[in-house]
Amino acid sequence: MRRALLLFVVAVASWARADDARRSGFDFMSPGTQAMQRDDMQNPGMLWVQDGEALWNAKAGARDQSCASCHGDAATSMRGVAARYPAFDAAQGMPLTLGQRIDTCRQQYQGGTALAPESRELLSLEAFVALQSRGMPIAPPDDPRLRAFRERGRQWFEKRIGQLNFSCAQCHADNAGQRLGGSVIPEAHPTGYPIYRLEWQDMGSLQRRLRGCMSGVRAEPFPFGSIEMTELELYLARRAAGMRIETPAVRP
Amino acid sequence: MARTLIDAPASAKRGDIVEIRMLIAHPMESGHRTGPEGKVLPRDIIHRFSCRYGGELVFSAELYPAIAANPYIAFQTVATESGALVFTWEGDNNFAQTETRTITVT
Repeated sequence: MRRALLLFVVAVASWARADDARRSGFDFMSPGTQAMQRDDMQNPGMLWVQDGEALWNAKAGARDQSCASCHGDAATSMRGVAARYPAFDAAQGMPLTLGQRIDTCRQQYQGGTALAPESRELLSLEAFVALQSRGMPIAPPDDPRLRAFRERGRQWFEKRIGQLNFSCAQCHADNAGQRLGGSVIPEAHPTGYPIYRLEWQDMGSLQRRLRGCMSGVRAEPFPFGSIEMTELELYLARRAAGMRIETPAVRP
Repeated sequence: MARTLIDAPASAKRGDIVEIRMLIAHPMESGHRTGPEGKVLPRDIIHRFSCRYGGELVFSAELYPAIAANPYIAFQTVATESGALVFTWEGDNNFAQTETRTITVT
């Protein structure tokens, strides 16, 4: 009986794996780059995480408050938070990305100045907060207020743009795993943002990555922090629901 | 001050081979790239790393423009006595950083 149960459990576990054909960008990388991501001492993203931890505990702004003054220990209070962003913010009546949420907190509760997109401070805080969810499945909220935004995100993903007249889906859904030039086309699952990208020699957000693709097809990229970007992020999070968070990921 | 991550054992047995690894935040600008305005960006690299253990030089390396940003360096040494490991990075524009870790050898 016990053996039958064990066999059943093993069978279910392997179905679950076989059923999920989605692959993270990690699976397309060379063994060397994978090793770099796995080892926190080799992963340059950890330099940003270290900065983020210092910023989390540092008092700042007109009210002289730190993130820790309200949220306490990030290891408990921020666990699983990155997995559910972007989320709807009732006060602003629109969805916010994790970076925007951090920035809103900074302005509203710390009385600080706005953090510029892609600034070291914002990326560091984002990386530190997202690290607390490492290994957890991406869990986009089932909030009815997000539906219309997510649907528009799907439309952006499937809409042909730019002089090359390509949609995101044509490469990242229809031709994922094929090569574009010398590089493998990944499936566009945002599992590890912010990422340390070897091409950039730097840390960057999902929006920086999306803008890179948009200028690649010779379209005018959406601005940082625009609602279109948030809509795309919402759709990508739903597409990657259940995949494990890898932040801070390393990508080629 | 550049940010660093250093992995050095706090204690070791005498005669043990210990691995020491470190990562430092640095742009390692090669001096061959052009910036957004088409001008060549001036070279800004770390050109030398050294480690002294109890005052004695145990490892040093010369770094060149082809080395990527945020260089990672790892080496091994033999734990001989308790003392300080002093890591020094030197580079262009008077870049100099020193970090110290102590190791207890039993």
